[in-house]
Amino acid sequence: MIVFDQVQKSYQVGGRAIPALHPTSMTIDTGEVFGIVGHSGAGKSTLVRLINLLEPPTGGRILIDDENITDYTATELRAFRRKVGMIFQHFNLLSSKTVADNIAFPMKLAGIYSRTEIRDRVDELLKRVGLADQANKYPTQLSGGQKQRVGIARALACRPTILLCDEATSALDPQTTQSVLKLLADINRELGLTIVLITHEMDVVRRVCDRVAVMDAGEVVEMGPVSDVFLHPKHPTTRDFVFESENIDREEMQQDLQHAQGRILRLTFRGESTYTPLLGSVARESGVDFSILSGRIDHIKDTPYGQLTLSLVGGDLDVAMQALEAADVHVEVVR
Amino acid sequence: MEALMETLLTNVDWTEIGWASWDTLVMVGMSLLFSVLIGLPLGVMLFLFGKRQLLEQRAAYAVLSFVVNVLRSVPFIILLIVMIPFTVMLIGTSLGVAGAIPPLVAGGAPFFARLVETSLREVDRGIIEATQAMGATVKQIVFGALLPEALPGIIAGITVTAITLVSYAAMSGVVGGGGLGDLAIRFGYQRFQTDVMVITVALLVIFVQLLQMAGDRLVLYFSRK
Repeated sequence: MIVFDQVQKSYQVGGRAIPALHPTSMTIDTGEVFGIVGHSGAGKSTLVRLINLLEPPTGGRILIDDENITDYTATELRAFRRKVGMIFQHFNLLSSKTVADNIAFPMKLAGIYSRTEIRDRVDELLKRVGLADQANKYPTQLSGGQKQRVGIARALACRPTILLCDEATSALDPQTTQSVLKLLADINRELGLTIVLITHEMDVVRRVCDRVAVMDAGEVVEMGPVSDVFLHPKHPTTRDFVFESENIDREEMQQDLQHAQGRILRLTFRGESTYTPLLGSVARESGVDFSILSGRIDHIKDTPYGQLTLSLVGGDLDVAMQALEAADVHVEVVR
Repeated sequence: MEALMETLLTNVDWTEIGWASWDTLVMVGMSLLFSVLIGLPLGVMLFLFGKRQLLEQRAAYAVLSFVVNVLRSVPFIILLIVMIPFTVMLIGTSLGVAGAIPPLVAGGAPFFARLVETSLREVDRGIIEATQAMGATVKQIVFGALLPEALPGIIAGITVTAITLVSYAAMSGVVGGGGLGDLAIRFGYQRFQTDVMVITVALLVIFVQLLQMAGDRLVLYFSRK
């Protein structure tokens, strides 16, 4: 468990303290995939680097499994860092070492593993990330996705309990992003590893995260289970991210709504209710006519969801809303 | 052909040329060795003490940087003369091949140190960060990541330093050093034996070409980018 207790960070620039992270308290549970989403400069890079103290905080305490890591001596800190893997946007592999040597590197640095242990572990990890046949290549000979797989294998070498992902998929194309995210999800499930992932893409959060914190200007402005934050965003920044990820143009949407007649409702289906044939029967029972203005049916991690914006004309609106709510559909009146 | 050579190169004593070439080789080789031995750690320190680097030490950086700049800004011909008392103290003479080596190192080591500093700075900061995140000590970062990553740049630096030392070594002939430069000055310049001058210069050119070629090959061999 990672606990932030009033943690803050500021940088000294020309004698003045510029805050990068305002006092923040939060808890990341063991075994969860925790996303931190924000625009560049929002402080998410700082936040993730506080967890392995690449950036020391200027205030507050960081507790990891009930130990205050800010009190660690240099030696304790190095031992602790071996238990925290990290992967990066630009992979940060050593160009002078082969794939196998890159993966072996953290184990060699640790100085507590025998040669055979290292060799066996490297073989195992190469297989795990699907690069068994690339062991003797150099990073420049690999594609971006393969490089990130090497990065993941290297981060896992010393069997960490936490994996930090710093924009791990931002330099990859959509297809490669998918496969890397799937690998991360598999690792999380199979090894029970806590993953803290920062990204500027809500889509990445939607696919793999259990909970998410949204950051803006050095502050966590919204935090909660991904489905809550994603389907019912409250803070304007969060809304921006959600709209962005769904490719919704706000102005266009406003225009569409102006043209629509009657009441406008936004319905959110989650889990099993997504597949229930509901709209037709509700329309028949209540006599309401509806047209779909916009909609999306997708998955949040493994849970299906649907979100529809409808305009409703005629009939008995109250009956319709009661019927929908009775069927576990979240109803929001837009107009 | 042989007759033509005889008439054109009347003053050239090939045994003398041979010894002079050997002397140049020894001077360059020895001074390069010591320049690397001193300049490499010096360059690493310059890098580590630099602004926003692993062991940021403003005062130490300022002192080291000042010494390096002083040694680099003194024209080598002056350095040769200024160094004479120190050289005598160190090895007993300021003359010949041995006497030329201390000033050559004094000129070569700071030059090489700067080149090392520059190539270390070119290593992606992300690599340093990743290595730090693995729990590496500063020593492990330097030997495990920084130096291997900067190796092609450092080899290129050694090549440039070697070539600079060839020209410095030739200059040391002025104050009684040995080698091809000494030959060129004593015979080619002072006795107007143009043929000796041409041969020594040609040999120096060939030497520099060979060094550059060898250096480039090594850089290519160690580059994985």
